[in-house]
Amino acid sequence: MKEISLEDVEYAARLAKLDLSEEEKVSMTSQLGDILGYVAKLNELDTDDVEPTAHVLPIKNVWRPDKREESLSREKVLQLAPKAHEGQVRVPRVVE
Amino acid sequence: MELNLRSAREVVRMVREKKVSAREVVKDVLAAIERTDPLVKAYLTVDEKGAVKQAERVDEKLARGEEIGDLGGLPVAVKDNFCVDGQETTCASKILKGFYSPYDATVIRKLRESGAILVGRTNMDEFAMGSTTENSAFGVTHNPWNPERIPGGSSGGSAAAVAAREAIVALGSDTGGSIRMPASFCGCVGIKPTYGRVSRYGLVAYASSLDQIGNFAKDVWDCAMVLSVIAGYDRKDSTSVDVEAPDYTASLNGEIKGVRIGIPTEYFGAGLNEEVRSAIEEVIRTLRGLGATTVEVSMPHTDYAIAAYYIIASAEASSNLARYDGVQYGHRTRSPNDLEQMYTRTKGEGFGPEVKRRIVMGTYALSSGYYDAYYLKALKVRTLIKRDFEEALRKVDCLLTPVSPTTAFKIGEKTGDPLTMYLSDIYTISTNLAGVPGISIPCGFDSEGMPISFQLQAKPFGEETILRVGHAYQQQTDFHKKMPTIAEDKPTE
Repeated sequence: MKEISLEDVEYAARLAKLDLSEEEKVSMTSQLGDILGYVAKLNELDTDDVEPTAHVLPIKNVWRPDKREESLSREKVLQLAPKAHEGQVRVPRVVE
Repeated sequence: MELNLRSAREVVRMVREKKVSAREVVKDVLAAIERTDPLVKAYLTVDEKGAVKQAERVDEKLARGEEIGDLGGLPVAVKDNFCVDGQETTCASKILKGFYSPYDATVIRKLRESGAILVGRTNMDEFAMGSTTENSAFGVTHNPWNPERIPGGSSGGSAAAVAAREAIVALGSDTGGSIRMPASFCGCVGIKPTYGRVSRYGLVAYASSLDQIGNFAKDVWDCAMVLSVIAGYDRKDSTSVDVEAPDYTASLNGEIKGVRIGIPTEYFGAGLNEEVRSAIEEVIRTLRGLGATTVEVSMPHTDYAIAAYYIIASAEASSNLARYDGVQYGHRTRSPNDLEQMYTRTKGEGFGPEVKRRIVMGTYALSSGYYDAYYLKALKVRTLIKRDFEEALRKVDCLLTPVSPTTAFKIGEKTGDPLTMYLSDIYTISTNLAGVPGISIPCGFDSEGMPISFQLQAKPFGEETILRVGHAYQQQTDFHKKMPTIAEDKPTE
């Protein structure tokens, strides 16, 4: 497996919409290199015939009846928003 | 009267019998916090007024002859990743600074209904990512047994609060050892129940297939008492399991004759500190003396748990933490030029180094071209680890292991090297991957006076087994009764 590069870190950070300083990118590249080097030991195991376990419970989809229920009030929720305007969350302009 | 030094069981009984008031109990706990917490720094916030008010309500109910609940008058400390209506819920992160939860987590509602009193919120590694509580954005918590050492993590504040007698019991969360490891380092009892045993509605998510709520206490009985209240199905958490929650104290009869205890060879290899090893061997002798039988078992994939864990946990974290984008709540960067910059700067400013590291690692492991090699591989190895537990627990009733290879290390000792830090979780991480219950129980001290603990694990929903064995052990030993000198400081008369 190829080593993780600075470009890989930048690419993943971009996917995660996470701003990193140049310093952070450099130290993260070397730290993630160490960690992924360690993780490579998983390849010692033959898992060709092993099913993956995403979680341990024998539960698939859990639905509740499609009925309207009480939820938090709009007022209470908007109080938490960094910016709100006329009953809605306000963000920078999306369409020009 | 120093009611903070008493067990939860005693305090609840004394309040019920009106020998003391809930107000007196809370006052003693608050006084202990005031005396000791400037050194320990277990709490991020203490709700003095609210706690006294809650206590007075319990006392009023009692005076009117009404039922006060199974934990009536018992002060509880809560890790900072639990939503409590009206309380600032930060997960020790700058990104949630100023976020006041608009609702109660299910476990908080259950505690309130049982008459427990919420005294404050405890420090943690940011978003529960860490093993020392050094990743908190709001400062380091000190181990009550030696302030130069870490308390363990991520629930380090809760463990330190109980150990320093600044709380009688506390709630925490455990994703890879975050309850059991700090409990061990601070010398108190900590349980991580079966995945699905306790509702996580209102617990801020880190790695959803691994996170589980549990609690800290001075002894196994108190631990069982609190678990009985918080356990159970909740329709608001679709991963909680509809298995009836028993009264866990009912199984604590001190009787463990014939219980079969497995000792997994792989947990006693190189890297295990000799003092820890001999303390655990002494536990084995004690339990045999009580009539339990011990057999060696093999769990061959133990050594792969950390590698699988960091891929899975980081992948889930990168998805869970995408929500902190500055739109609906929490931190938002100042005057962004556009939406994209609002997202990237908000996260860049709000998250600390370890959280960023896991977001990037998780995103990378899930990205096109790497998914099969890292994420899918880790999920397959998880299956092998789970099978190890299933096979071992077919032969025995529970497993006995160390909690951590060493005792609490020094503050700053491992902060520069994330990989070495991760390796300290080697004995606790498999439990979460397999979804089984685990408990950490004090069993001695090293030559420098730092606590040592052992871990018991059982099959899913086998909490009664490990609690029963742990309780029987505590009937024979008094390590759980020792407290750090910092907690012995008497109030000035």
